[in-house]
Amino acid sequence: MAVNNQTRNQHLLGRAGFGIAASTLQRLDDITPHKLYKRLEKASATPTKALDTVSPFVKEAMAGKEMDDSNNAMMDTDARKAARAEQRKQINKQSNADIRQLSIAWMNEMVSSEAQLREKMALFWHGHFASRVNNSLYQQQLLRVIRENALGSFGDLLRGVSKSASMLAFLNNQQNRKKKPNENFAREVMELFTLGRGHYSEKDIKEAARAFTGWGFERDGTFVFREKVHDEGMKTILGSGGNFDGDAVLDLILQQKQTALFLCTKIYRYFVNEVVDTQQVGWLADRFYSSQYDIGKLMHDIFTSDWFYEERNIGTHIKSPVEYLAGIRRFLPMTLRNEEVQVLLQRLLGQWLFNPPNVAGWPGGTAWIDSSSLMLRLRIPGLIRGDETISIKPKGNDDVQMGGKELLPAGGGKTKKAGGSYQMLAHIDWTVLDKALDETNREVLYNKLEALLLQTPPGSADKDAVMKLVDQTTDETYLQTLVIALMSTPEYQLC
Amino acid sequence: MLLQRRTFLKMGSLATASLFVPKMLQAIIRKGDETLPAGNKVLVILQLSGGNDGLNTVIPVRNDIYYRSRPALGLAREKTLSLTDEAGLHPELTCFKSLYDEGHLGILNSVGYPDPDRSHFRSMDIWQSASASSEVWQTGWLGRYLDQQCKACDLPTQALEIDDTLSLALKGELQKAIALKDPRQLYNNSHQEYLKRLSEAYRAGHHQLEHERPVDYLYQTMAGTLNSADYIFEKSKAKETTTVYPKTELGKNLKTIASLILSEANTRVYYVSVGSFDTHVGQEGQQARLFKQINEAVTAFTQDMKDNRRFEDVLLFTFSEFGRRVAQNASNGTDHGTANNMFFIGGGLKQQGLLNALPNLEELQDGDLKYEVDFKSVYATVLKQWLAADDVAILGKEMPRLSFI
Repeated sequence: MAVNNQTRNQHLLGRAGFGIAASTLQRLDDITPHKLYKRLEKASATPTKALDTVSPFVKEAMAGKEMDDSNNAMMDTDARKAARAEQRKQINKQSNADIRQLSIAWMNEMVSSEAQLREKMALFWHGHFASRVNNSLYQQQLLRVIRENALGSFGDLLRGVSKSASMLAFLNNQQNRKKKPNENFAREVMELFTLGRGHYSEKDIKEAARAFTGWGFERDGTFVFREKVHDEGMKTILGSGGNFDGDAVLDLILQQKQTALFLCTKIYRYFVNEVVDTQQVGWLADRFYSSQYDIGKLMHDIFTSDWFYEERNIGTHIKSPVEYLAGIRRFLPMTLRNEEVQVLLQRLLGQWLFNPPNVAGWPGGTAWIDSSSLMLRLRIPGLIRGDETISIKPKGNDDVQMGGKELLPAGGGKTKKAGGSYQMLAHIDWTVLDKALDETNREVLYNKLEALLLQTPPGSADKDAVMKLVDQTTDETYLQTLVIALMSTPEYQLC
Repeated sequence: MLLQRRTFLKMGSLATASLFVPKMLQAIIRKGDETLPAGNKVLVILQLSGGNDGLNTVIPVRNDIYYRSRPALGLAREKTLSLTDEAGLHPELTCFKSLYDEGHLGILNSVGYPDPDRSHFRSMDIWQSASASSEVWQTGWLGRYLDQQCKACDLPTQALEIDDTLSLALKGELQKAIALKDPRQLYNNSHQEYLKRLSEAYRAGHHQLEHERPVDYLYQTMAGTLNSADYIFEKSKAKETTTVYPKTELGKNLKTIASLILSEANTRVYYVSVGSFDTHVGQEGQQARLFKQINEAVTAFTQDMKDNRRFEDVLLFTFSEFGRRVAQNASNGTDHGTANNMFFIGGGLKQQGLLNALPNLEELQDGDLKYEVDFKSVYATVLKQWLAADDVAILGKEMPRLSFI
C-alpha cells in the first residue's frame, strides 16, 4: 500500500517534532515532506531563547560562598555547620520547585515553539546525557548547553556537557584527583556518551580518568581546571600516548569512527526504527564522521532519505510520555490552570524530566508500557476533557531533602481535592480544531480524524469500539468525543 | 565488571528483540482455573521506602557506642521489647515480639552489598534489580522470576504489586507484573465496553501475524491487563477475608493480599511498600508512627493466615534501600547509611530469632555499618528454597544460600 503524502508528513512531524498542530492541519496534504522538513530546519536554525526558572534565592545562594559566615565570628564550629546544613536544605527545597518550573517551561516550548526539531533533538540529548542532581542552577545550565548545541557539532555538545557542573557533579569528577582517581566520569563518557561498550578497555578508562583529574566547577557552576590535582604524567589511551588532559581525551574519542557509529545507531533507533538497518546506519555514520559530527546534517540525511518514509517505519515508534503529553497539547490547544499536573503525569508514566532513572537514561521502546502505564494513557484524554480527577500517586522518591513529597502545591486549595486527587483543570479550545477540519459529514469526519491521529493503517482500531465512546447528540459533541476516543486507543500511543 | 556490563547489554537487546519474535496474541479469556492451593508457598515483600533506621528497629541494648552515638535518639533498654540479653525491639513492634516468642520471626542483621550507594533512587534500583553497585540493569529480580514462570502464559498474575504504578523490581525482559491498588478499581477501569471491544476486534483481525510489531505489544499488554483484572477481581471476592484490618493504606493492601491468598489465586509473589522512613529530622515520632501502622497491619495479616491455616505457606520479608548512619545528626534524625536488618515472618521458618550477630559498631566504615550478608544471598535463598525457582539464572550468578527456610 502506497503511503500518502499526509501520512508521510505526519510521520515526519511526529518524529522530528512533537506531532501535528491543530492550526496547521490544512497544509499537510499538498506540501512534500522535503519541503516541510526544510521549514522545520529553518524554524530551528538559530538557538531559541534560554529558559530561566531558577529562583533568586538559589541564584544568590550559589553566587556566594557556601555560607558567608564572616559576620558571624561569634558562631562556633557546630553552629556554622548547622547553618550550612540548613542552607543546603533550603537550596534543595527551592531547587526542587525551580526544576518543576523548568520542566513545565520546557514542555511549553515543545508544545508551542516553531523550533520543533531543535526541541525534539534536545529531548533526545537530555536522555543521552542523563544527569540527576538536585540543583536547579546546574540543571538549567546543562539544559541550556543541550538546547543550544542540539543541532550543532557533537564535539561542542560533548565538551559543553562534560564541562557542566551538573554532569561533573553527577559523575563524581570533583572527587577525581591525582592521588585518588575516580573512574566514574571517564567510564560513562566512553560507555554511554561516545563509544559504547566493548570499544575501550579497562586500561583506557583508568588512563582517561587520570587525564580528567582536575576537572571541576565553582559554586556558581563555572568550569574550573584545578592544576594542583591534575595528573600531568604520560597516559596511553585508545592506542595513543601522551600527557593528555581531559580535552585531549575527548579529541581522541571523537577521532574514533566508532563514536559516529555508536551515536548513529542510537539516533536511528530513536528517530527511525528500533530495528536497525546496518547498511543505512553505516551510511549515516560515514557521513556524520566526515562532516565532523554535524548533527544538523545527520538529521537532514535521515529525514530526507527515502527509506525514512517506508511503510515499515511508520507508526512503529512508541511515544515517550513527554512526546505523548506534548502531542496531545499540540493537537488540542488548551490552557492548563494546574500546569504542575504535567509533572505528576511525567512521573506516573515514567519519564520524569531532569530525573532519569539512572546514568543510562530512559530505556524507551516497550519499556514505556506496562499494564498500569498503558491503562493510564488510555484514560488521560478523557481526564483532560472531562475535567475529572486523577487520584493515583507516583512512587515517592522518599527523600525529604529532595522534597519529593512536595510535588504539587496546594494551589490555593483549588487544584488539590480531598482524598489526594488532582485535577487537570484543562480548558480545551475546540474552535481551532473545528475551523481547521471544517467538516460536518460524520462519516468523512471519522476518516479524517482517524488519519490525522493514528499512524496505523485505517481500521486498525475497531470503529465500533471507538464509537462506544462517542456522543452523537450534536455535531459538537460528536467531534469532541471522537477526538478523545481516538486518542484513547493503543494506536494513538504510536507515531 | 566489563563482563557484567555486557550481561546488561544482552538483557537490553533481548527485551527489544522479543518485540519482533512471532508470538501468538494472548487474549484468550481465562476461566481463572489456575490456582495455588494450600501447601504452595507464597512470598510477601514489604518494602520500607526511604531508608529505615535499623539500629532503632533492633536495638543493641548493651552497646555503649550505640548510646554514645545517639544521645537523644538512643532507645533505653527498658523501653525496648526484650529479645535477648543484648537485643531489644522498637516498642511499637509488639506483634513482632510475639512472633519472635512463637518462633515465627527471623532477624538477619547487617544485610547490604559491596560499594554501597547512599542515594535513595540508586540504592533502591540496586536492591530491586539485584545488580552490583557498579552495574545498571533495566529489569528487576521478580520481573525475571516472572519471565521464568510465565514464559508462554497468558495470565501474568504470578507476581503482583499492590500500588498504582509498577516498581522496577517487577519488570522483566518479556513480562511485566500487574500493579493494582484495588481489585475493584482495576476491574472497573478495564471493564469499559470500548476496551473489551477494541481488544476482541484486534484479536479477531490479527491472529496470524508473521512479525510482532509495537502495536501488537500494546494490544497484548492490554489483553493481559483485561484478563488479569477479571481474574484478580474474581479471586479477591471468592473468599474475601473476614478478619478486621486497620483502615490504613497498608492495612487495606495486606487485606487485599490476604483475600487473594485465601482464594488460592495463582499469585506467588506480592509486593507492597510503606514509607517514608527518610528520617533526617525528628526521627522518633515519624518512625514510631510508621511502625505502629506496620505493627497493626501485620498483626491482622499474620492472625488471618494462622486462622485460615495458611501461615505455614507464607513468608513475609521486609527490606529497605539502606540503613542509616550510626551517629544521629543535629536535627534529632539520622542520615543515609548502609547495611541494615531484615525481618522474616512465617510459619515455615527453619531457623528463628536472631539469625546472626548484631552489627559490629566498633568496626565502621566512614561512620557506617559494614555489610556481612549480601542481599542477593537472601534473594537466592528465597527464590530457590521457597519459590523453587532457578536463582542462578534470575540473579545472573550463584550466590551462597542461607538456611533459614
